[in-house]
Amino acid sequence: MRELAESSLRLHLGAVDDVIVLLYFVTVLGVGLVARRAVRTSNDFFLSGRALPAWVTGLAFVSANLGAIEMLGMAANGAQYGAMTLHYYWVGAIPAMVFLGLVMMPFYYGSQVRSVPEYLRRRFNDQAHLFNAITFAVAQLLIAGINLFALALVVHDLLGWPLWTAILVAAAVVLAYITLGGLSSAIYNEVLQFFVILAGLLPVTIVGLVRVGGINGLAEKVRQSSLGDAGLHTWSGTASSGNPLAANWFGIIFGLGFVLSFGYWTTNFAEVQRALSARNMSAARRTPLIAAYPKLLIPVLTVIPGLVALVTIHGLGAKTGDLQYNNAIPLLMRDLLPNGVLGIAVTGLLAAFMAGMAANISGFNTVFTYDIWQAYLAKNRPDGYYLSVGRVATVLGVAIGIGTAFLAAGYNNIMNYLQALFSLFNAPLFAAFIIALFWKRMTAWAGFWGLLSGTAAALTVYGLYLAKVLHFGSDLGESFWGAGIGFVVVGVVAALVTAVTRPKSDEELSGLVWGVGRTRISAGVLAGDRAWYRNPWLLGGVAMTLAIVLYVPFW
Amino acid sequence: MFDLRWLIGGLFTVYGVLLTVVGMFDPPGQVAKAQGVRINLWVGLGMLVLGLLFLLWRLLSPDQPERPAGVPEQATSRDEEPVAAYRD
Repeated sequence: MRELAESSLRLHLGAVDDVIVLLYFVTVLGVGLVARRAVRTSNDFFLSGRALPAWVTGLAFVSANLGAIEMLGMAANGAQYGAMTLHYYWVGAIPAMVFLGLVMMPFYYGSQVRSVPEYLRRRFNDQAHLFNAITFAVAQLLIAGINLFALALVVHDLLGWPLWTAILVAAAVVLAYITLGGLSSAIYNEVLQFFVILAGLLPVTIVGLVRVGGINGLAEKVRQSSLGDAGLHTWSGTASSGNPLAANWFGIIFGLGFVLSFGYWTTNFAEVQRALSARNMSAARRTPLIAAYPKLLIPVLTVIPGLVALVTIHGLGAKTGDLQYNNAIPLLMRDLLPNGVLGIAVTGLLAAFMAGMAANISGFNTVFTYDIWQAYLAKNRPDGYYLSVGRVATVLGVAIGIGTAFLAAGYNNIMNYLQALFSLFNAPLFAAFIIALFWKRMTAWAGFWGLLSGTAAALTVYGLYLAKVLHFGSDLGESFWGAGIGFVVVGVVAALVTAVTRPKSDEELSGLVWGVGRTRISAGVLAGDRAWYRNPWLLGGVAMTLAIVLYVPFW
Repeated sequence: MFDLRWLIGGLFTVYGVLLTVVGMFDPPGQVAKAQGVRINLWVGLGMLVLGLLFLLWRLLSPDQPERPAGVPEQATSRDEEPVAAYRD
């Protein structure tokens, strides 16, 4: 159990900070209450009635990823690995987001599926569907619990609340606004959170830069730090793995940029759900593309504070206690922010935790209701029945999340293990998807056995790594290899099983496979969607170009 | 569902005013903590501008275009060209 004595991270909030935080909570709950009036059908509850414009779903898409674990974690990486952290954004996110919008979204949105597992059900069979639905649902609940626990730790350290109070209050708020307003409420709050999170990070970055003498001052101090000059480069040290990230260019491009990132961004329903709630195909395709632009620039607000913390906070990088890398941003908040913006930053942090947890819970309740309850346990009931199931699932989901949070409180390392564990489900899933999309001959059973064996392979590699039988140099090296092996196993098993089983007919695959049948790319198109600047290929192309050009100063 | 722009515009305008006022009367100790930057004032003004821009956007174009595009053939021409595989 973690030391619970008063932490030196403790912030001294003034009345104005309290007002800012309180105002935010009132707003979030108010959104839930108002959103409740718009929820009449299960489609309203789980997919916002498919009525949202692209800028809303796009910002919610990026916000669902910008949870606090991500934000604090990337600042921590910034302090630990320096500029190489940029790879998590520019190689590790943008290409996959663009691919999702341009190539995959026509199949997701066009086939009218309500979830990622449902696509698997139509492309493969019930077995593949159920396997994916259950692993996803379980993973979301446990990750929600991890989010909750991480939130409680930060609130405890920063504000001095007891852990259990923080867990229960945060859970109650998320529960309230999702049970009331469903996905609309989650998405509206996510967009609001997006701006609040940025407003909270901006002052830390600005004042931090002033503190170290601007960009040049920061570069100079990083050269003199433990990272050295390597902390300012992204690619130049990657011929070997003798760089801060301990990864060579091949591992970065194929491991991080392809297998890990495509798995996360293109098949993770907590993300894809935001795009499925868009009002038409055009908006759905633009959702991840619009999200790519903030994603390109967010490292300014995470990596720079990480580096500032590295050069200004003596002793940062301790294994335990207050000076862990993960506390880079909270430590800077303590040192640099006056009352006022401090309240905004605390609000941003709380908002980020709730964004992460809300994404998990709203993904869970949809998959639980549509893909498990409706598909196998209670078919053909009236719509209102599934709406109630969704609300009950939300309550149960949050309750289990609270349980997980307390579990995590007892076994501190469990969080890291669980997160690594669930990332292992993504790569095989992506492999099955990508083969299924482009190879119509791939059979239903090939999908199921491919998924199962690929997941088993990735888990085995991880198990052997934990047991110290296999060695990869670093956790990151393990994820590259575990995901890569899982990916290859899916391909091999899918090819073998396909050879001995019967493929589905073209009719069954219509709209689900590249080049088979029709996908109405222009379905429900609105007059404004045809403006040249809303062309998905243009948006995607510019994002990809920026992802390359932005590397130039940090080569 | 109500317009999200009211929500963002409203909250940021309130936050902006609050921080701007706080920033104008910040005691020297607080300014010194922020390395001499009047950060409350600047962030407050920034949030105020953002909030007002959202409100302005909502007022100037009250509705997102809800009107379906007229002729389907026209609608498809641009989108379909590069992705001929999904033909209608």
